[in-house]
Amino acid sequence: MIHYIFLIPLLPLIGFLINGIGWRTIPKNMGGIIGCGAILGSFIVSLGVFFEVNTPGFHTQIIPLFDFIKSGKLNIPFEFQIDALSSLFLLIITGVGFLIHVYSTSYMHHDEGMVKYFSFLNLFVFFMLLLVLGANYLILFIGWEGVGLCSYLLIGFWFKNRDYTNAAKKAFIMNRIGDLGFLVGMLMILYTFGTLSYQDFFKNLHDAPKLPASTYNWIAICLFIGATGKSAQIPLYTWLPDAMAGPTPVSALIHAATMVTAGIYMIARSCALYELAPLVSNIVAAIGLATAIIAATIALKQYDIKKVLAYSTVSQLGFMFLALGIGAYSTAVFHVMTHAFFKALLFLGSGSVIHAMGGEQDLRKMGGLGKKMPITKITFLIGCLAISGIPGFAGFFSKDEILSRAFASNPTSPYLFVMGIGAAMMTSFYMFRLYYLTFTGSFRGTHEQEHHLHESPFAITLPLIILAVLSIVGGYVGLPGVISEHHALESFLSTAITNRSKFHLEESTEWILMTVSTLAAVFMIVYAYTATKKPNFAPTTGLAKMMENKWYVDEIYNAIIVKPLQSISGLLDTWADKKGIDGIVNGVGKTVKWGGDRMRVLQTGQVGFYIFIMVIGMIALFSISFLLVK
Amino acid sequence: MILIFLILIPLLTGIFSFALKGDNAKVLAILSTVATLGGTAHVCFLNFGIRTFNMPWIPVMGTQFSLRADGMSSMLCLLTGIVTLVAILTNLNKPVEKSGAFYGFMLLSQAGLMGVFLANDALLFYVFWELALIPVYFLCSQWGGEKRIAVTFKFFIYTFVGSLMLLAGLIYLASKVPGHISYAWADIVQVHKNLSLGEQQWLFWLIFIAFAIKMPLFPFHTWQPDTYEQSPTPVTIILSALMVKMGLFAVLRWLVPVLPEGVAFWSDTVIVLAIIGVVYASCIAIVQTDMKRLVAYSSIAHMGLMIAVAFCNSEVGMHGIMVQMFNHGINITGMWVIISIVENRWGTRDMTKLGGMASLAPKMAIAFVIISLANIALPLTNGFVGEFMLFNGLFSSGGNNHIIFMVLAGLGVILGAVYTLNMVQKTAYGNETEMIIRKDISLNEYVGLAVIIGIILCFGFFPKPLLELTSGMASVLVK
Repeated sequence: MIHYIFLIPLLPLIGFLINGIGWRTIPKNMGGIIGCGAILGSFIVSLGVFFEVNTPGFHTQIIPLFDFIKSGKLNIPFEFQIDALSSLFLLIITGVGFLIHVYSTSYMHHDEGMVKYFSFLNLFVFFMLLLVLGANYLILFIGWEGVGLCSYLLIGFWFKNRDYTNAAKKAFIMNRIGDLGFLVGMLMILYTFGTLSYQDFFKNLHDAPKLPASTYNWIAICLFIGATGKSAQIPLYTWLPDAMAGPTPVSALIHAATMVTAGIYMIARSCALYELAPLVSNIVAAIGLATAIIAATIALKQYDIKKVLAYSTVSQLGFMFLALGIGAYSTAVFHVMTHAFFKALLFLGSGSVIHAMGGEQDLRKMGGLGKKMPITKITFLIGCLAISGIPGFAGFFSKDEILSRAFASNPTSPYLFVMGIGAAMMTSFYMFRLYYLTFTGSFRGTHEQEHHLHESPFAITLPLIILAVLSIVGGYVGLPGVISEHHALESFLSTAITNRSKFHLEESTEWILMTVSTLAAVFMIVYAYTATKKPNFAPTTGLAKMMENKWYVDEIYNAIIVKPLQSISGLLDTWADKKGIDGIVNGVGKTVKWGGDRMRVLQTGQVGFYIFIMVIGMIALFSISFLLVK
Repeated sequence: MILIFLILIPLLTGIFSFALKGDNAKVLAILSTVATLGGTAHVCFLNFGIRTFNMPWIPVMGTQFSLRADGMSSMLCLLTGIVTLVAILTNLNKPVEKSGAFYGFMLLSQAGLMGVFLANDALLFYVFWELALIPVYFLCSQWGGEKRIAVTFKFFIYTFVGSLMLLAGLIYLASKVPGHISYAWADIVQVHKNLSLGEQQWLFWLIFIAFAIKMPLFPFHTWQPDTYEQSPTPVTIILSALMVKMGLFAVLRWLVPVLPEGVAFWSDTVIVLAIIGVVYASCIAIVQTDMKRLVAYSSIAHMGLMIAVAFCNSEVGMHGIMVQMFNHGINITGMWVIISIVENRWGTRDMTKLGGMASLAPKMAIAFVIISLANIALPLTNGFVGEFMLFNGLFSSGGNNHIIFMVLAGLGVILGAVYTLNMVQKTAYGNETEMIIRKDISLNEYVGLAVIIGIILCFGFFPKPLLELTSGMASVLVK
């Protein structure tokens, strides 16, 4: 199957080309079939690749395709790398991607741009696959910027709305800021090690004479800046909530399940580098934890169903970075996987709700939807239980692993664990607040909306059901140490990524940690129930108002970056360029002209005047030579 | 032998064109540019090797009519062929007064450009340099916008001052050739062995100023936005896609190898100016409302990066410049074509009055978005490979300053996304605005844009042909 690896990105690319070229002539159903078929094909090949990788004795394979950049000593080929990490991501991207494509056939059916939508979605999958398949950082970067482009196109899909295109632009530009960091990091690797290929780079890291720690730290921090942009971490996270302007399946695929996890993939891929940069690893953990907490506080007070999920995504990504920072790389990837299942489920569920509500996203106008939409309700509940970390559901296994390993990384001062539990408690609260406000109680919207409420069609509910099943069983590939010695996912990934340590804990300690986190989650679910029983939507004050207004971070960025840039640019344009530099240029011209005008006066045409000047000149010359001789 | 035809075809058809009227002139212009393009493609891709052509010219002055096509000149000739064809092709459906003279001047300018890229003799180079420029003065002053006379006058004076200094510098160099006066390139590049460091230092500026104005290097750039704005679009295309490259090409051919010590001495100064230019022009581009002025400043920023790398003494960087000269020429041509269509259909280039292209003229909008993405060097568009190599050159040339240069130039990447996406948002997206001609792109524009977009995507995905054409050219420019 590995010989057909090129098909995996090629099929979505072909799908993009067909739908993209014929977007005005291809009928909607046909466009949907082409879009879904391309991804299904990729998924089947990915499955084959996965089974081949999962056989004992498999070694990492490099599949060269063609020369990309070749200049003198610089040689960066276009080649793919197949190993445990990339094959797992292939499955997540094409598997979840396929479900979301199927969902979209129904969700976007009323939209006149449906074929165009599918072409963009296929293009996204193409770039995402390129990102994880690349055998060097440059191919990764191609995918990295490519998914950013598709995100831009899909956020601004309804391009007549100025707010939506603003959100798209903001996403692209904030990603570009991160990308610059990534680019500098790549150039540092190239400059120091002379290669961008993963295998050569990691071999050099291992074999090369020890370089000063600062070299590793600089490279690692630059790559991490790239990750903060793409994976929406502090300080570059504010684009992700705005990105909810796009169609909901896009939010599920791009802004929850796949693209935003690219930063985690990249750092897990570079684990050999981060092992040599402990300082940066600490920064990664700190940023991750801080993002997890701050985003969770904002999610507590949001009323837009998609905004809650968006901040929840930012927060969960923070958890993954916490795992990366403490060196539990396989745990981060584990959480990427389970998160892809339950967050895609939650987003698609919210899409089903929005669909039924006729485009309404405000929680204050919902309530009691469970009666009319039982499948959406139950699957959504499963998603909420999974993300809250209730035992038995997928999120429990991965989140508990992050928290217990955060504890194990430094058992004497467990502040990472404690703060992590804090963030997890907020997660349970805002998710169940969302759940209760949407599905239980009585309906708070208009009568017309209530009349319109209905369960979504099969193309929407089927992906929900499949994702709900995955949100339950997906966690059993990584059982905690107290239950099973064998961690299936970790041993599968061990050929590609190496964790910092075994993170060993006493069995009793592990039981205690597990109980604490479960109890905390259950407590918050109950608390959310009491808090939403009689919903109070009065204007907030004080701290709650700060949270509702997202800690005013957007306003602060506007005041310290956007506005000053505008005014400086304006000043440069009018003063420096038009009056300053061009003024000098024109001034030189005018001076020459002025000088010419003055000199012209001497050309009177009267011989007497010329003789007079000549005599004066001669006298002057004689006097000068006389003085000089003397 | 084919080299002389690359100059003769546009020269003779250009002269002949003055006698024609209306559609005849258009047909001749298209035939001529297609023939020239065929010739350049032959030079680049069929039996590629270094070609020369020699003919006695003015032996008394030590100069001869000597042409030479290596990878870099062939590539730029190809660019000239493509760009001139696209410029003329996409202009066919727009009314032009005295079209015989208009297309005649265009072709004459093309002849001059070919000569500049092919000249293997300093005096010949200078003659073609002027031959390329003079038709442009006429084109701007006859067919330009409202303020054309004042703007052309400034442009003329500005570039002519530079040209005269260049001529003086070249004569000085020729006179220093041991034994006899010679303008041959092979002799000129050896002259620096007989020059003191002091001489190289002042000669550097004598020669460089002309190129700096042409490229343009901050702070010699203020003629450019006005001239681009006032020129008719085909002329703007010639100016920005080709004339600007003439300056950069001249740096690589007639400055870096000719005065190596002088270049080394002043390189930091030039790099600092160029990097200031990147950030400065990018900032100014953000607040422009006229599409043409925005792209003009964007071009200054892009050129700034290339100029900086030209003085970085890096092989990958030099190779990157050559590739990027081609790509920038293609991309900016696409930009101007779109802008001229917008101006034709909406009657304005003011972005505050535009909007809704994506729903009114979707084909135009798709082309516009793709070209804009190439303008911000998105991977898998042609701009990316060159930009990556340029940054690599800037970064790897050593010294701590270069990390700062790199980051500052990188700001240009971010700001580039800001102003380009602003432009896309304001013109392509949003609500529909009134068009004076309700029509998506016409056939000739379609073909022209298809050529541009085809090149953008082909060389973005598979840059090998472009890299191989110029491989080996960079190593001789690096010490």
